[in-house]
Amino acid sequence: MGATTLFEKLWQEHVVLERPGQPSLLYIDLHLVHEVTSPQAFAALRQALRPVRRPDRTFATLDHNVPTTERAAPIADAESARQVEMLRQNCGAFGVKLFDLGSPEQGIVHVIGPELGLTQPGMTVVCGDSHTSTHGALGALGFGIGTSEVEHVLATQCLWQHKPKTLELRLEGVAGAGVTAKDLILGVIGRIQVDGAVGYVIEYRGPAIAALSVEERMTVCNMSIEAGARAGIVAVDEKTVEYLRGRPYAPKNAAFERAAARWLRLRSDEGARFDRSLQFDVATFAPVVTWGTNPAMVAEVTATVPDPAAYAHPAQRRAVERALEYMALAPGTRIEDIRIDRVFIGSCTNSRLEDLKAAAAVVRGRRVAKGVRAMVVPGSQLVKRQAEELGLDRIFSAAGFEWRESGCSMCLGMNPDILASGERCASTSNRNFEGRQGRGGRTHLVSPVMAAAAALAGRFVDVRQWLKPGDWEELRAAPKARPGSVLQ
Amino acid sequence: MRRFEKFSGIVAPLDRANVDTDQIIPKQFLKAVDRRGLAAGLFHDWRFKPDGLEVEGFVLNRPQWRNAAILVSRENFGCGSSREHAVWALEDFGFRAVIAVSFADIFRINCLRNGLLPIVLSPQEVQAIFDAVEIGDGYSLQVDLERQTVADRREWLARFEIDPYDKRRLLEGLDDVALTLSEEQAIAAYERSHPPPYPG
Repeated sequence: MGATTLFEKLWQEHVVLERPGQPSLLYIDLHLVHEVTSPQAFAALRQALRPVRRPDRTFATLDHNVPTTERAAPIADAESARQVEMLRQNCGAFGVKLFDLGSPEQGIVHVIGPELGLTQPGMTVVCGDSHTSTHGALGALGFGIGTSEVEHVLATQCLWQHKPKTLELRLEGVAGAGVTAKDLILGVIGRIQVDGAVGYVIEYRGPAIAALSVEERMTVCNMSIEAGARAGIVAVDEKTVEYLRGRPYAPKNAAFERAAARWLRLRSDEGARFDRSLQFDVATFAPVVTWGTNPAMVAEVTATVPDPAAYAHPAQRRAVERALEYMALAPGTRIEDIRIDRVFIGSCTNSRLEDLKAAAAVVRGRRVAKGVRAMVVPGSQLVKRQAEELGLDRIFSAAGFEWRESGCSMCLGMNPDILASGERCASTSNRNFEGRQGRGGRTHLVSPVMAAAAALAGRFVDVRQWLKPGDWEELRAAPKARPGSVLQ
Repeated sequence: MRRFEKFSGIVAPLDRANVDTDQIIPKQFLKAVDRRGLAAGLFHDWRFKPDGLEVEGFVLNRPQWRNAAILVSRENFGCGSSREHAVWALEDFGFRAVIAVSFADIFRINCLRNGLLPIVLSPQEVQAIFDAVEIGDGYSLQVDLERQTVADRREWLARFEIDPYDKRRLLEGLDDVALTLSEEQAIAAYERSHPPPYPG
C-alpha cells in the first residue's frame, strides 16, 4: 500500500467485513455509555434476550442529568433519578462497569475516557453522544452514535459504517498570547461554517496543533462535530505517550513501552492524500465570542455584532436576524459592551485541569462582578481533586465562583443548572443553540480565560489586556498533574 | 423495523437552515426511557409558549399541517446532538420522511435506523417544494423509495439518491442486530486475531 492517512490506518485496522455494495462492518474497541441515551438500548437487548457481547470493553458513567451539588443528597428530579437508577440496574444486570456518583472516577464521559487511560491511540471509540469526537485527540477514531447504534454495539461490538471522506485541516503559525485551543476551533468553525465538514473525518495537523497539549487537542477535537465532522483526529506524538503514561487503564511497564512504540506509528504517511485540504494561519486568530445561535456565528472580541444587511444571501440575512432577535443584540454592538448575568466554566470541551488552571490564573485575587453568578464545574472527580490539591477551588471560591461537583451541568441543562429566560451567559461549553442552557437563555461560547475575565468584568473583555508579559507562557508551561497520588 | 412502503403525505414547510436537534426535541424530553410518546416534545419551544399554549403561526400548529407526514427544510437538517429522540419524536408525530438540501451525519444515520426516510434534493428542487407548499394548502407528495422518487399530482417529480444497501434495509425492514449477529464467525475471527492489549 502507498502512503496512507491516519484515518485510513485506523479504519483498515478495524474492518471485520467488507463486501462490495455494502458498508463495512467495523469493530469497536471501546464503548462508553451514559444514562440518557442508553435506557432504550438496554431495553431492546432485554426484549430480544441478548447479552452485552463485550462488557470488558464497555464502561458507563453518570454525567448528563446529575446534580452538581452535594453528592450525598438524593436526586430531587424524579425523571433524572429514574434514568440514573436504570443505568445502575442495567450495568448490574449486563455486567458493565459503572463509574457511579460516589465513585472517585465519575465524570463527564469524554473527560474520564482519556484521563483513566480507557481511550488509547489506535482505538475505535463510540458513545451515544456527539462529542465523542473528543477522543480523537489521542489518535483514536471516536464518533457519536444514536441509541439504535448503542444497542447494536452492545449486542455485537461492531457497527456498519459507510466510509467517510478525509479532510486535512492544517493550522500553521503560532497563536498569540491569550488565544486558546477554544479560540482556534471556534475560529475554524466560523471560517468553514457548521456544515463545513459534514461527511468528513478531520485530521488536525500543522505546527499549531503540534504545539498544543493533549488536553488542548481534546478541546479542538471535541468541537469537530460543531462543523459537522464525523470525527476529528490528531496524530500520536511524544505528548500523547506521556499523557497516557501511568493512567489507570493504560498498559504498564514493558507493555506500555511496547504499546507506545506502536502508537507512535499512528500518523499520516508523508505524501498521503486527503479528499480535501484546508489551511489557516493561527497568527491571524484572536480570542472570540459567539454572538448568535450556532457555533459558526462568532466574532473576535474586539469586533462588533454583525449587521444582517451586510449578508448578500437572503437566507443568511434571515438567519442572522433571527439569531440576533433571540440573542437580544443590536447590529453593531461592540462585543466588549455585552453585559452578562451568568458564567459557566465546564463541559466536555473545557472542564479539564488545564482549563481550570488557566481560568484560575485570571481570577486569582479578583472578584466576580456584582450581579453576576459564576460557576465552575470540574469535568470529573479526578479533575476536581487535582484542582483542589492545587488550591484552585479556594481561588475560585474567594472570587465568588461556585465550586461544584462533576457533570455535564449547564452545557445542556438536563440537571438543575440552567439559565432563566432572558439570562445571558458566558459559557465554555460547545453549543449556543436556542434554549440549549435553558429556555430563553442566551449563550455566548468562549474560552475558559475569556469566561473568567467576563465574570470579573460583568461583560466581555479582551483577556489579552489582563495578561502581564510572561503570564501566558507561564500558564501554558505549568506542570501537569497526573492520576494516582493526584499530583505526583 | 417495519418495511418502508410507498406513501403519499402532506408536506409541512420548515424554512430554516441548520435546524439542530436541540430544537427538534429539547433536553427535558431526553429523560424519557421509552422510544414512544415523544410527539409532545417535537419542536417544543417553537410550538408552545412557556405557559403551554400553542405558538400561533408555527407550521405544525397550522390546521393544514397538523397531519403532515413529510417535513421539508433546508441545509444541514438535524445538526448537533446525537439524540435519537429527535427521530423518534418526528415519527411519533406522524412524519415518515424529511426532505432537505443536506443532513447532519448522525441524524441521517438515526433516521435510517428507524425507517424515517431522509431525502436529499437539490436546493432548486427543495425551493420548488417550498413554492408549491405556499401556493396550495395541503400540498402533498408521493414518496417511492423503490423508484427513488418524490412526485406530486401535477407531474412534478424529483429523483433522489440513496445508498443501495440502506435502501434494501429500509424496503425489507431488516433488523440490523440480527443481521450482524449472523456474521458471528467473522466477528469472532476478528477478535481472535486482535487479542489484548487492545487494539492489536
